[in-house]
Amino acid sequence: MAPPLPSQRSPSPSQPSGRSEVSDLKLQLRQLAGSRAPGADDSKRDLFKRVISYMTVGIDVSSAFSEMVMCSATSDIVLKKMCYLYVGNYARCNPDLSLLTINFLQKDCRDEDPMIRGLALRSLCSLRVPNLVEYLVAPLAAGLKDGSPYVRTVAAMGVLKLYHISAATCFDSDFPATLKSLMLSDPDAQVVANCLHALQEIWNLESNNSEEASRERETLLGKPVIYYLLNRIREFNEWAQCLVLEVVSKYIPSDSSEIFDIMNLLEDRLQHANGAVVLATIKVFLHLTMSMTDVHQQVYERLKAPLLTLVGSGSSEQSYAVLSHLHLLVMRAPMLFSSDYKHFYCQFSEPSYVKKLKLEMLTAIANESNTYEIVTELCEYAGNVDVPIARESIRAVGKIALQQYDVNAIVDRLLQFLEMEKDYVLVKDLLRKYPQWSHDCIAVVGNISSKNVQEPKAKAALIWMLGEYSQDMLDAPYILESIVENWDDEHAPEPSYMFTDKEHRGPFEFSEELGNLSMGAESADNAMPAQRYEENDLLLSTSEKEESGGPTNNGSAVSAYSAPSDYDGSLISVNSQTQPETAISIPGSSAYTSPATLAIDDLLGLGVPSAPAPPTLKLNPKAVLDPATFQRKWGQLAISLSQECSMSPQGITALTAPQALIRHMQGHSIQCIASGGQSPNFKFFFFAQRLDGSSAFFLVECIINSSSGKAQIKVKADDGSASEAFFTMFQSALSKFGVA
Amino acid sequence: MISQFFVLSQRGDNIVFRDYRGEVQKGSAEIFFRKVKFWKGDEAEEAPPVFNVDGVNYIHVKVAGLLFVATTRVNVSPSLVLELLQRIARVIKDYLGVLNEDSLRKNFVLVYELLDEVIDFGYPQTTSTEVLKSYVFNEPIMVDAARIPPLGPAAMFMQGTKRMPGTAVTKSVVANEPGGRKRDEIFVDVIEKISVTFSSSGYILTSEVDGTIQMKSYLSGNPEIRVALNEDLSIGRSGASVYDYRSSAGGAVILDDCNFHESVHLDSFDMDRTLTLIPPDGEFAVMNYRMTQEFKPPFRVNALIEEAGPSKAEVILKVRADFSPSVTANTIAVQMPVPTYTTRVSFELEPGAVGQMTDFKEGMKRLEWCLKKIVGGSEHTLRAKLTFSQESHGNLTREAGPVNMNFTIPMYNASRLQVRYLQIAKKSKTYQPYRWVRYVTQANSYVARL
Repeated sequence: MAPPLPSQRSPSPSQPSGRSEVSDLKLQLRQLAGSRAPGADDSKRDLFKRVISYMTVGIDVSSAFSEMVMCSATSDIVLKKMCYLYVGNYARCNPDLSLLTINFLQKDCRDEDPMIRGLALRSLCSLRVPNLVEYLVAPLAAGLKDGSPYVRTVAAMGVLKLYHISAATCFDSDFPATLKSLMLSDPDAQVVANCLHALQEIWNLESNNSEEASRERETLLGKPVIYYLLNRIREFNEWAQCLVLEVVSKYIPSDSSEIFDIMNLLEDRLQHANGAVVLATIKVFLHLTMSMTDVHQQVYERLKAPLLTLVGSGSSEQSYAVLSHLHLLVMRAPMLFSSDYKHFYCQFSEPSYVKKLKLEMLTAIANESNTYEIVTELCEYAGNVDVPIARESIRAVGKIALQQYDVNAIVDRLLQFLEMEKDYVLVKDLLRKYPQWSHDCIAVVGNISSKNVQEPKAKAALIWMLGEYSQDMLDAPYILESIVENWDDEHAPEPSYMFTDKEHRGPFEFSEELGNLSMGAESADNAMPAQRYEENDLLLSTSEKEESGGPTNNGSAVSAYSAPSDYDGSLISVNSQTQPETAISIPGSSAYTSPATLAIDDLLGLGVPSAPAPPTLKLNPKAVLDPATFQRKWGQLAISLSQECSMSPQGITALTAPQALIRHMQGHSIQCIASGGQSPNFKFFFFAQRLDGSSAFFLVECIINSSSGKAQIKVKADDGSASEAFFTMFQSALSKFGVA
Repeated sequence: MISQFFVLSQRGDNIVFRDYRGEVQKGSAEIFFRKVKFWKGDEAEEAPPVFNVDGVNYIHVKVAGLLFVATTRVNVSPSLVLELLQRIARVIKDYLGVLNEDSLRKNFVLVYELLDEVIDFGYPQTTSTEVLKSYVFNEPIMVDAARIPPLGPAAMFMQGTKRMPGTAVTKSVVANEPGGRKRDEIFVDVIEKISVTFSSSGYILTSEVDGTIQMKSYLSGNPEIRVALNEDLSIGRSGASVYDYRSSAGGAVILDDCNFHESVHLDSFDMDRTLTLIPPDGEFAVMNYRMTQEFKPPFRVNALIEEAGPSKAEVILKVRADFSPSVTANTIAVQMPVPTYTTRVSFELEPGAVGQMTDFKEGMKRLEWCLKKIVGGSEHTLRAKLTFSQESHGNLTREAGPVNMNFTIPMYNASRLQVRYLQIAKKSKTYQPYRWVRYVTQANSYVARL
């Protein structure tokens, strides 16, 4: 019946609150209130049902309170129950009206049917209206002495409800004492259980205020009570057994024979089909044997089988709860579970929260004897369609590698993942711990196409590896550069920090790009997280010395480039290419009218007087420049010329590897200092020196795209006036490449 | 101790909402649903069954597409609450015959009535259908069981063989037959969920049976019954690891472990492997068991993926039913993830194939092959040609698979655990209630690696 059916009489869609339906219901209820006509109860049932369905979906039907109460004079128990439910729900917001209900509830408490007495008493206690407390005491007192166990169970809970409404009234009537004697004498187990529930809660809440209460709480855990409950444990239903077991787990036995008695008594509870009973029993066992190391171990062994059965027998939610307990035990004593590893293999249909737990357990119990099997199994999960689980599995393999002995084989497997473009993070961690593997790893890392790395942490790890081992990887700077160029797409903070971190290590410093990069990061919101990430990582880092350069380096990079950003605010967000380009137009043309910029100061100082280039330019065929100087110069000088030119088709075909071009250019007295890249993008840094004594250097960055056949050439020169001439030479040299 | 209990539909509507202690705010159902729905943002990760939001513990189970939720502010035992929620669902099912959104909405007043007795002030009182019967007065309003898709393990009998009286399991424990008289009958179902993992070369890497002997009694007068199991059944393995497989062709059934319903008396179990009990009304598990002893897997699965030219590959899936021709498996589904760069798949079924369906789930990059039934002893093959958007990385087996299989086999059990006989203590010579002993095996995780 829920959700409410729209009333036929007022289907107005403009009344979504159902107010018109409610008033309609009120009217109909009033008409039926006094009716004793046959069938009146059936109509009332229908109306009550509608009221309760409104209540369930959250429509306020409290305005029908008095009508509902009027209709409640009935002998129909189904109607009565619906009425009780309604009253219990709305009494608190209508304390005055609830007074109306007291009368019929009190009357029902004296009904001859124990069921009605119980129901009425339960509803009476559930009103939760403070000023009606006085009406509760007498029915409760009678209920606790009632001949029917059903009424007594309800009354015992009723005392607890009364305590929550008015603790004083509860104590004044001496109900706790009555409950205690009832608990120790009642023949019905559920009455005993409810008394225990109530007393526990009352004394727990009171124990902060009064000493007497904490004494009472102690007696609940005293030997007489505990033994009394234990001796009756089979009379209790499963839920009450859980309660008793919970209480027993707090009991401190006086000697070990007592411990064994209790454990022997409860032993068969481990075979209960209800997982809650089994777990409560396990809790008792673990608590009891806490101080007996050897027995405690036996207990672990004893618990395994029932726990594993529970994992398989219930719903996945229940297995999750049981596995969480197992997880706890596994973490405490991984050795004891090392032969049971197969039980923690993931099953196809399990939800990810179960799989994650299992992965953690597999990681924990891996040791010499089972590592191979576990790692093999985990590797199978790596291809899982569920990407987070696949990732977790690889991470688990990494963790095992970090704590394990058979690192050799594991590293091999991890490298396979690398080839499959799976995960990089843990390889980084591995390398931090086992630097001796670096040579195997970098060979693979070098082949990774950075475009395929998507996850921010993986990117960061890749950058770290490239930076750390760049001396062994000739291509490292170029891979890094392509990452930089795609930087705009990057939003996560982790990789940006890695960049600044590796900056001072690379054989080449792409400080230009990096500078822009950190500015970009600075301007975006993620600058702060990036900083914080660094600091966090520092704590974990195994190579603190190097890492600690990170933050300061980051800072300096930013300040170094704050100068250009002063004159052109828009620079903050532009990528590395645009800055040089603004500068190029200047030397090429004669117009020096553009606002003089700080960035090209050096250039202007050098290049203004003699713009027309000398016609002849001789180059030193044996020019030498060490990388550091090149780097410094490249950083200092501005670009004096930048142009694109086409390569000859023969040149492109000859350009299978950078070395070919390098040898060719050497023949034209142009030396290469660094090169790299993968087809179709190659990048070269060349330099050349004038032979005419000025020993001025020309520095060239040349990017060749072999698929488009274009070469992008940037020239920086000590003597900017000669750069045009040099460019012509360079271009002609390049155009002869491949033309034999 | 719990504070509130509610049942939400898949869309998040309250179907039933009961506040026992008034300690948690009214909007908890919305808070809960939003949290569950968007647990990890985009990542398709399920919310765990227990979590905490602003000091409120939310504990939930999913049953028949509905969310059964309890909230509390205190540190309760989660397993107790999860068990309780599951049990509430079962009690409701006992009463309504069928548990689904429709039946729940039709009978919400009855459900409130049940909830009133199951939990008082947040403390569980009883979940026994038997006990509850005397306190609950609403008559269930039946929904048409035939129209609804079968749910739960017992429902599988409806589709399987004609021998089973299909409606019985969806019958309410309190409802009477149209004739007014209750039919005296009892169902004992041996339900086994099996998990098997085959290595790429066809070896069994792991195998496990999680079994339940489930009972549903409609017997009047609660007679005592005796269930006799295999005489040579043994429980627990003395000595070494549970996983040292012993080949036991035709030998004894060895269970690793088991547990029993509280009504079961085990007095003669050690002697003659019989369980004695007075079955309470409603559905319950007499015994749960677990077995890692090697058993003969019902299906052999062979999967092959091979490159067939540039950016193309061929998949061959072969399934052989290794059981008697008198037994028929039904609703078989075979799934296999393919490389993520697969763009097109064309299937080729064996000639004359009936009741088979194939599909390429592009979003999940997965092949699906569904077979209505497989008769014991038969073998079926599927060929599929994959087209890729790029050249493969050269290691196809690492990027595809594993193959997972789902099936249900009525009248078959992997463990060979048997109910030798089911004896009902006789009241009179003419008392002959219907006794149904049924077996079914379901795949829990049936995986073949490439």
